[in-house]
Amino acid sequence: MSLSAKDKDTVKLFWAKVADKAEEVGSDALSRMLAVYPQTKTYFSHWKDLSPGSAPVNKHGKTIMLGVGQAVASIDDLNAGLLTLSELHAFTLRVDPANFKILSHCILVVMSIKFPNDFTPEVHVALDKFLAALARALSEKYR
Amino acid sequence: MVVWTDFERATIADIFSKLDYEAVGGATLARCLIVYPWTQRYFANFGNLYNAAAIMGNPMIAKHGTTILHGLDRAVKNMDNIKSTYAELSVLHSEKLHVDPDNFKLLSDCLTIVVASQLGKAFTGDVQAAFQKFLAVVVSSLGKQYH
Repeated sequence: MSLSAKDKDTVKLFWAKVADKAEEVGSDALSRMLAVYPQTKTYFSHWKDLSPGSAPVNKHGKTIMLGVGQAVASIDDLNAGLLTLSELHAFTLRVDPANFKILSHCILVVMSIKFPNDFTPEVHVALDKFLAALARALSEKYR
Repeated sequence: MVVWTDFERATIADIFSKLDYEAVGGATLARCLIVYPWTQRYFANFGNLYNAAAIMGNPMIAKHGTTILHGLDRAVKNMDNIKSTYAELSVLHSEKLHVDPDNFKLLSDCLTIVVASQLGKAFTGDVQAAFQKFLAVVVSSLGKQYH
């Protein structure tokens, strides 16, 4: 299920449309993940405030989306582009990779809410594939 | 036994009372067939599924999407009894339709995304949590009679 040329173009085009709302998307997606999948809160026990729109959630949502942007820019070689992030997640953060799927789903839900006309089924499939490829690249260094 | 909070009951009832079954049902099934193309294996006699445009314009798919959504009505009306309400449908999907139960989750993810686009900001994290919990119970009940 690798990314075709068409998938890559679709992702890049869509990203160009949504990039300036990226922080909002990140914050909303992260808030949703914490609410809908409470087990994910276990990774954030060091935050004082896990509520939607709180300072740590906003800041971290932004960080995550910067990573997604980095992946879009490296779409032709995700493993190389995300190498440092993969090492971070593998050796320091040790996030169970099942959670990448969970966060990806939340990102897609937010895209559907914020960009209902642009998030067509074709964009949906390309973005879903892209986020899956991103998750694979992020898990590269795990074992 | 599934325990539902008042908020969850109210949220599910509210969402389904506002839903345009035809629009949402058709859009959801079409999206599922486009985003997860292997699901098309169950729709071999549904006519032209050649590309996204064909799927989205296919009247048989639209009609079946509505049928599926109306099937969810049974769960909405019997929230304390979803497992037994769906026992027959579970047997149908297993013995007659031979649907891999993993597909139920794929369809429910598409439904979440379509409902999100319909409700917009009103589809908050808490509403999403209630909706996904409901769908998880439905999915589990539909898989219960498989053996």
